[in-house]
Amino acid sequence: MLALFATPSFAADYVALPGGTFASVLPADEKSADAVVLPFRLRSEPVTNAEYLAFVTQHPEWRRERVARVFAEARYLAHWQADLVLGGNAPPTQPVTQVSWFAAQAYCESEGARLPLWNEWEFAAAADATRSDARSDPLWREAMLSWYAKPSGTPLPGIGGAANVYGLRDMQGLVWEWVDDFNALLVASDSRDQNDPDRLKFCGAGALNLRDRENYAVLMRVAMLSSLKAADTTINLGFRCAKPAQ
Amino acid sequence: MKQSSLSLLTLLALAVAQPSLAAEAATAPPASSYVHGDFGPPRGDPIKAFLTEPPKVPAPTYRNYPAKVIVELEVIEKELPISEGVTYTFWTFGGTVPGRFIRVRQGDTVEFHLKNNPNNKMPHNIDLHGVTGPGGGAASSFTAPGHESQFTFKALNQGIYVYHCATAPVGMHVGNGMYGLILIEPPEGLAPVDHEYYVMQGDFYTTGKYREKGLQPFDMEKAIDEKPTYVLFNGAEGSLTGDKALTAKTNETVRIFIGNGGPNLVSSFHVIGEIFDRVQQEGGTKIQENVQTTLIPAGGAAIVEFHTEVPGSYVLVDHSIFRAFNKGALAILKVDGPPDKTIYSGKEVDSVYLGDRSAPNLAAVTQATKAAAAGKLTKEDQIKAGQQLFAGTCSVCHQANGAGLPGVFPPLAKSSLIAAEPKRPIDIVLHGLTGKVNVNGQDYNSVMPPMTQLNDDEIANILTFVLNNWGNPGGRVEAEEVAKVRAEAAKPAAPAH
Repeated sequence: MLALFATPSFAADYVALPGGTFASVLPADEKSADAVVLPFRLRSEPVTNAEYLAFVTQHPEWRRERVARVFAEARYLAHWQADLVLGGNAPPTQPVTQVSWFAAQAYCESEGARLPLWNEWEFAAAADATRSDARSDPLWREAMLSWYAKPSGTPLPGIGGAANVYGLRDMQGLVWEWVDDFNALLVASDSRDQNDPDRLKFCGAGALNLRDRENYAVLMRVAMLSSLKAADTTINLGFRCAKPAQ
Repeated sequence: MKQSSLSLLTLLALAVAQPSLAAEAATAPPASSYVHGDFGPPRGDPIKAFLTEPPKVPAPTYRNYPAKVIVELEVIEKELPISEGVTYTFWTFGGTVPGRFIRVRQGDTVEFHLKNNPNNKMPHNIDLHGVTGPGGGAASSFTAPGHESQFTFKALNQGIYVYHCATAPVGMHVGNGMYGLILIEPPEGLAPVDHEYYVMQGDFYTTGKYREKGLQPFDMEKAIDEKPTYVLFNGAEGSLTGDKALTAKTNETVRIFIGNGGPNLVSSFHVIGEIFDRVQQEGGTKIQENVQTTLIPAGGAAIVEFHTEVPGSYVLVDHSIFRAFNKGALAILKVDGPPDKTIYSGKEVDSVYLGDRSAPNLAAVTQATKAAAAGKLTKEDQIKAGQQLFAGTCSVCHQANGAGLPGVFPPLAKSSLIAAEPKRPIDIVLHGLTGKVNVNGQDYNSVMPPMTQLNDDEIANILTFVLNNWGNPGGRVEAEEVAKVRAEAAKPAAPAH
């Protein structure tokens, strides 16, 4: 039974992304400079419950009953039936959620990988089925927004959505995803710059940085990530891992 | 929790002590109303604030000392009706739009708990306009789903204040319904009234048109262009009408805490048939009297009070009036009680007035109107009245003999269209006809505008006249049929025969 669940139904493929200069919603110099994304590889799908179960089976310190509270809050894997049993609320092919940043990082290390940087994730998510940067297309934006508009009272579907031009699946419309630098997205690089570091926290501030109207859909992801601490979990926050280019 | 049992006791104690406290409050020396109300450290046991859903307002605090008040507010993202058959994913403070009403006393120390429901997708925070401090609390209340934030503030300024979510993109969070009101009572309390109600206007932006059915997503383009699909009181069409209307009796005083969440529009708040005796404009301390319409800025609020004299239904509107009748900004206050004829008579005379059209050529119309009123309208009455109305409205294009103009205006005489569908002209008159239509073997491609200025009786009479003349199949159109079609949406132009 265990072995069956522990067998991933999708192989953990990593696909190569070329990188390049990229107009991030969070400009590198806080004003308008493009971000530079080095070539990297990204996991084609988010990590699933089955894959994560295999991980905690091999790494007992990350099991629900044993994990140090400082690395994962009380709701860590709370939707699993037991320490090593997924149960009805956590189908094997569903992306694993209710995992902390520490746990996600540890999982990625077990695959010889790391969490992607925000700019890497953003670069990868800008693609659609045919273009590497579809962000100016209203349909791309709507796909992102329509997921935001759905409260998550119902169980998550499994992984395996349509692939984008790189062969990545479920970059949108399934879960929020941890990134390596989730808590650095708001820190001004130079305090003399007088850019308000609270800009995403309250009134109107986020709009100061909007390069164009379309950005807000992506910025909402930044806002979500920046509301978290590294031990936090939520019921629709998962992750995928990245590796350097081969 | 320990705190809640404590506060329950406090509430009970307060309930028992209420009258004496109220009396004390009344005799307390009036504090200057525009200096900051720091009345020292909180006294007594902490009190858990009782929050209410709109349109209800919590009872007065009945306190004459500053207390520590605990406010717990939960953010809930949920799909709710915005109009008949139309739903929208609202983001709410407490499950309703507007959010829960908070009532504290000037000088109170408020311990605020913002909870973000675990099922939510978004992080949220709260900016209370009644808070003195960075972001009005927003800087301290940024909360991920499944988490809770706590911050404490002293309510220094009295008044009625908007609170709202201020997480980026702020306009979207506000546009999804994340706002409400907090009342900071003056130390002496507000004057007693018979009814207090909580109403908030907001504008909403959906990708579909007004009343387009189904779940409607938020439309950022419309929001940026400030072109709302809906302008609503309390978050839904019909939230304060019918069985849910506000109520009062005659000879009572009504106080409405009226806020405007925006995100974009300013409200020209008006109650049809009432005059506000007192208005605290912009929620400030200055009283304005005898006001017909008061302006509520987006992110602002006012307290309006009036006395009810005459029974009936009073309509709350945004007097930027297309919003009321075409975007939903309507609510009803139903006042029951005996009529007072000395103040308002009701209708004293109802007579036919047709102006200079009435004589002599519209005599038959007058006759038909009277017959219809008496329930004795005959087909002959209708034909005669229809003939005269046709001459006024229809003959310009379709010609007095119904022959039309070949290639330009289709004929009504011996019309193949009428023969095939004798009732279709009802729809054409009401909703117009645009595009290709074939009548008697000839194609016409032009525009007839809707003739909605004609009432149901008039259209019934005109069409009965047309059906019974010029070789058409005869029959009769009743006003009820016209009313029914009027209620339906326009049918697409379809080529006929």
